[in-house]
Amino acid sequence: MSWETVIGLEVHVQLSTRSKLFSGTATRFGAEPNTQANIYDLALPGTLPVMNEAALEMAVRFGLAINAEIGKKSVFDRKNYFYPDLPKGYQVSQLHYPIVGSGSLTIVHEDGSEKVIGITRAHMEEDAGKSLHEDFHGMSGIDLNRAGTPLLEIVSEPDLRSAKEAVAYLKKLHSIIRYLDISDGNMAQGSMRCDANVSIRRAGDTELGTRTEIKNINSFRFVEKAINFEVTRQREILEDGGRIVQETRLYDSDRDETRSMRSKEVANDYRYFPEPDLLPIVIDDAYIEAVRADLPELPDQKGERFVAEFGLSPYDAGVLVSSRDMAQFFERVVEICGDAKLSANWVTGDLLGLLNKNNWEFAESPISAERLGALVARIKDNTISGKIAKTVFESMIDDQDGVDAIIDKKGLMQVTDSGAIESLIDEVIASNPDQVQQFRDGKEAVFGFLIGQAMKLSQGKANPAQVNQILRDKLNQLSG
Amino acid sequence: MTGKTIAELSRSLRTGETSSVELTRHYLDRIKRVNSDLNAYITVCEEQALAQAEAADKRLAGGESSPVCGIPLAHKDIFCTRGITTTCGSRMLANFVSPYDATVVEKFNAAGAVTLGKTNMDEFAMGSSNETSYFGPVKNPWDIKRVPGGSSGGSAAAVAADLCVMATGTDTGGSIRQPAAFCGITGFKPSYGRISRFGMIAFASSLDQAGPICKSAEDAAIMMNVMAGLDPRDSTSVDLAVPDYTADLEQPLDGLRIGIPRQHFAAGLNADVEQAIRDGLQEFEKLGASLIDIDLPNNHLSVSAYYVVAPAEASANLSRYDGVRYGYRCENPVDLDDMYKRTRSEGFGDEVKRRILVGTYALSAGFYDAYYRKAQQIRRLIKQDFLNAFEQVDVIVGPTSPHAAFELGAKSDPVAMYLEDIYTIAVNLAGLPGISIPAGFSKGLPVGMHMVAGDFQEARLLNVAHKFQRATDWHLRHPEFNSGEGLS
Repeated sequence: MSWETVIGLEVHVQLSTRSKLFSGTATRFGAEPNTQANIYDLALPGTLPVMNEAALEMAVRFGLAINAEIGKKSVFDRKNYFYPDLPKGYQVSQLHYPIVGSGSLTIVHEDGSEKVIGITRAHMEEDAGKSLHEDFHGMSGIDLNRAGTPLLEIVSEPDLRSAKEAVAYLKKLHSIIRYLDISDGNMAQGSMRCDANVSIRRAGDTELGTRTEIKNINSFRFVEKAINFEVTRQREILEDGGRIVQETRLYDSDRDETRSMRSKEVANDYRYFPEPDLLPIVIDDAYIEAVRADLPELPDQKGERFVAEFGLSPYDAGVLVSSRDMAQFFERVVEICGDAKLSANWVTGDLLGLLNKNNWEFAESPISAERLGALVARIKDNTISGKIAKTVFESMIDDQDGVDAIIDKKGLMQVTDSGAIESLIDEVIASNPDQVQQFRDGKEAVFGFLIGQAMKLSQGKANPAQVNQILRDKLNQLSG
Repeated sequence: MTGKTIAELSRSLRTGETSSVELTRHYLDRIKRVNSDLNAYITVCEEQALAQAEAADKRLAGGESSPVCGIPLAHKDIFCTRGITTTCGSRMLANFVSPYDATVVEKFNAAGAVTLGKTNMDEFAMGSSNETSYFGPVKNPWDIKRVPGGSSGGSAAAVAADLCVMATGTDTGGSIRQPAAFCGITGFKPSYGRISRFGMIAFASSLDQAGPICKSAEDAAIMMNVMAGLDPRDSTSVDLAVPDYTADLEQPLDGLRIGIPRQHFAAGLNADVEQAIRDGLQEFEKLGASLIDIDLPNNHLSVSAYYVVAPAEASANLSRYDGVRYGYRCENPVDLDDMYKRTRSEGFGDEVKRRILVGTYALSAGFYDAYYRKAQQIRRLIKQDFLNAFEQVDVIVGPTSPHAAFELGAKSDPVAMYLEDIYTIAVNLAGLPGISIPAGFSKGLPVGMHMVAGDFQEARLLNVAHKFQRATDWHLRHPEFNSGEGLS
C-alpha cells in the first residue's frame, strides 16, 4: 500500500531591525540577561506599544518577493495566554488581517524539475522572552531580552510532499530572506525557526489525514530527520489499524525522535481580539511601489541572469544563487578574472569545500573574492595550470601574500619554454624505453602514461598542451 | 484662599498676594486635618510638593506664564508617577513605585504645577461609587454617609472639599463625569485620543480617556491646555492641532442648538434631577439657545455593549499582574500555577475578578461572535446615533446620573451599579467629549448636568459650560464640610 506525505511549514523569521517591534530597545543577540528590556518589554503598568516602521517595511519586502498580496489595512490582535516569559500575558500578533496575503515560491528538485509551493500568509508578531530552567536552585529564570523582537511568521500551504521538498522550501525561504536582508536566518541561534505540520494519506485520497505539528526543529538537517521520523511513525500506526492523534510533538535531535507534548497545551483558547493600543496599519500603493523599487535582485532573477549573461548551466547558476553571499562572491571573482565558468567551478568547488569544512561564512573566507579572482586569472593566462592552482589555493589559506608573489615564492610558474619541455620529454623517452616501444607497437593508451611522467618530472609546472604536442611530435619522429 | 479656582489663584500668585509655597502648605494642612474623614488621598507627597512649590515660586518670579504654575494638584492614582507609589486602588500594586512619569504627569510637572498626592479610586477604575478601592471607600463631602461616585471619586471629593485646586481623572464609562456630578464640581472627558494614555494604567484601552476635574469650565479649559496633544508614545493619540481652550470661552450662545435626548428623560430619572436639568435648559434659552428634541435610539444598548467591550479589554490588560516581575505575589508558591492563581485571587478584589471573568468569557471560542463582535457592532450604531443627532444640534444636554449621590453600601447588586452610568457610557463608546457641571440640588445633594459635543469639539463644549456658569452660581456652592473644616 503506498502512502502520500503532506507537509505544511510554519516558519518564524526574526526580522533584523535594530529595535523591537513595539519598543525602542535594542535586539542584539547574546547580551547579558534582561539588559535589553525597557518599561514596555517588562509590561509595566501604563506602557503602550509604538509600531516599528522598519519591521513593517521588511514584511512588505518579503511579501513582494513572493509575489503576494500586501495587506493595505492590516490589524494587530492580542493572543492571550499566561507564561512567565510573556510579560503582558498576551502576544501581539496578526490574526484576520495579516500584512502579507497569499503568494508562492518555486523550488527545484534534484532532477532539475520545478515545483511551485503556495504561501498562505505571513504576519508580524512579537517574540516572547526565554525561560531558563538551569542554575536557579529549583526555580526558573526569565530573560526578557528577546521579548518583543519582531518576527515574521510565514505559513505555507500543505503543498510539500516529502521531507526533501520541505528542506528545499526552507532553503529557498532562507535564501530569499537573506537576499532581502531582513533576517540573518540563523537557525542555530533561533532567528529562523520551523514548525512542521505533517500528515499522511493513502495515495489517491483527496481528504487530508490527521496531522501532527512538530516543534523545536532548529536545523535544515533536523527538518528532514524529524519529518521522516514522523512519517514512519504515522505509517506504522495506520498500518497497524491505529489512528493518528492531532497533537503537538517536540523533536528531540539527540534521540532523533518526536515526542508528544502534554495535551493540555493543545487545548489553549487564545481569545484573540484586535489590539486596542494600536491603530490598523494602513498603507497605500505609493508606499508599496517605493518598497518594490528598492527590492534587490532575487535568487530566481539572478540565476536567470547568470545563465543568460555568463552561459552557466541552470544547475551551476542554481547552486551559486542559493546563497546571496556566494552569488556576490562569485560575481566579484568574475569581475576580476573575466572567466565565469572557471569562476563558478572554483567558487562552488574548492572554495565552498574549504568554507564548509571549517564552518566559515563567505565573509570569513581567508581567500577573498579579489584573491580568488587573481588566481583564476593566472590560470586563464597560462601562468599556472589548473592543477598547480590547487597548490597555490592551499598556500593562500595561510599566506595572505598576493597570488603572484605566492606563485613566485614557490616557483610554481608554468613552464612554457619549448626548449625546457623538449629536454623534459627527451628524458622521459630515454628512461621509459619499454613504454615507448609499446606505443610504437600501436598501444595508444601508453601515451597518457608518458604525459603523466613528463608532468611529474616538471613538478606539474609544464604547460600540459605543449607537453602533449611535443611528446606526440617526438614519438612520431621516432616512428618515422 | 479656600474654594478658589485655578484662574483666581493664578492671579494671586502673580500679584504676590500669595506664594506657591504658602498655597501648598495651606492645602497640605487641610489634607492633614480632614483627609481621614474623606479618604480622598491614598498618598500625600509633602516633601516633593514643597520642593515643587519652591521651584514654582522661582519660576513665577522669573515671569513664568503658565497659569498652572505653582497651583496645587492631585493625580488620580492611576497615573504613573516616578518615585511615588502608584496603586491603581489595588492590593496588586499597593507597593508599586513607577520608574517613569505618565505623559499627563510629565506635562503638569513641566508647567510647574505642584503635586500634592495621589487620589483614591475604584480598583483599576472599575466601579461607580469608589467602594471597590483596596484602600477603602471615599466619602462624599456633601454627606459623608454617601459615595462620591467613581471611579475618580478621590479626585472629585478632593476638589469638592478643597483638598486641592485641581485634579486629574480618567473616564472609561463615566468615571470623571459621574463623580463630578455627585460632588458638585466640573468634570470633563475629552474626545478619545485628545490626551495621551501613556503612563495611565489601562482598564479598557479603547475607552479610557484622561481629563480634568476642577471647579469650573474655565479651569477645565486651563487644564486642557496643559493636558491635550499628540504623544508619539501613544499610537491612539490624535495628531490634531491643540487650540487655546480658553480663547473662545466667552463666545455668546446665540443660535446654539441644544439637543434634548428623549431617552435621557425617561423612566428611572429622579424628579428632582429632572427639574434641575429642565431649569438649566431654560437658562440656556435665556442665553439665546434653542432646544430641540432628539432621539438616541440605541442608547438603551450602551450599558450592555460597554459591559462586554470594557471587561474583554480589561481581561487582557490585567493579565500582566501575574506576580512574576512586580506588584503583589502570594506567599510561598509551590509551583507556577499556584503562583498565578493565588497571586491573582489575593491581589485583585471582587469587582475586578468579576470583570476579568466576564471579559474572558466574552472572548472565548464560540462566544466571541455573540458577545464581542456584536458589542462592537452596537458601538458603531451608537456612534451613528450621535452623528445623526449632530447634524441637527451643536450639543446634547441631559442629566449626568439618574439621581444624586447614594448611600455607601446601597448598591450591592453589580447590575444596579452598572446602570449608574446609563447616560454617560454611550459617550465613551462613541469616543466623544462630554462634561458634567453643577446644575442644582436634590435634597441638599448636587445634581450634575451632562453635555456632549461632536468629535474634538472640546472648545465649543467648554464655551457652552462656561457661559452657563457665568449665568448661574451652582458651581460656586461648597459643602458645609468645608467651612466646618471637617467633622469635628
